[in-house]
Amino acid sequence: MMTAEDSTITLYRLQGCPYCERVVRRLNELELDYQSRFVEPLHSERNVVKRISGKRTVPAIVDRNTGVTMSESANIVDYLDRNYGGA
Amino acid sequence: MVDFEVVSLPETEHVGVGETAPDFTRPLVNGEYWENVDLSDLTDEGPVLLGFHSMDGAFPATYFWKEMTARDWTEDVQVVGLSISDPYAHKQLLRERGLVDAPVALFSDPANGVAEAYGIVNHLDGMAGIEEPRPALYLLDDAREVQYVWVAEEWPDFPDYDEAEAAIDRL
Repeated sequence: MMTAEDSTITLYRLQGCPYCERVVRRLNELELDYQSRFVEPLHSERNVVKRISGKRTVPAIVDRNTGVTMSESANIVDYLDRNYGGA
Repeated sequence: MVDFEVVSLPETEHVGVGETAPDFTRPLVNGEYWENVDLSDLTDEGPVLLGFHSMDGAFPATYFWKEMTARDWTEDVQVVGLSISDPYAHKQLLRERGLVDAPVALFSDPANGVAEAYGIVNHLDGMAGIEEPRPALYLLDDAREVQYVWVAEEWPDFPDYDEAEAAIDRL
């Protein structure tokens, strides 16, 4: 089983959040290895996400491969396609 | 004098001192998030005190965390709990016990597979379809070898915290 230390990409997500699922789907399509971190449903208490991305919104990813941290599912999907799409 | 009725639990062949504790992967919940973590990820970092306890919300779980955090163990070992409660309940426990910023974390194992692997399943009377671990304390070194173990022989039963502390001091 992979852990945050082994995986290049960490995904901050909420259970049942459609925007998060959209990112998950693309990570799987691109066969990328990632570690999920499930955060606090209450927006005001998501300090861990704020620390890494400057905002409390999810999804957010940290890609240690490129040093990129990013929020907003559309941005993330674009980013993954550009960097890992290979098409 | 209150007559305190306890139930003896059947003998069990649990993982014991000198054995290598079975590795497992479960969501590990801290004050901010949860993620899949291997027990061996923790032991790779140093000794671990793994405490199996009743479902969050039951009074033994409350007593357990009170005691675990009243003692200054977290400088010497990683203090980690495990119950069948789901990650949301663990977050609630951390909040209620004021442990959101504490260096402790809880594994969530609703299917009770870890207790099964350790030989410490506790079948609960009157709760159909639910089982949980017997209360137990495992002190593991960085190779996951069991240095000290306490497993409940009756229910309810509480760890001998002084004995555990002596084992931690011997590490």
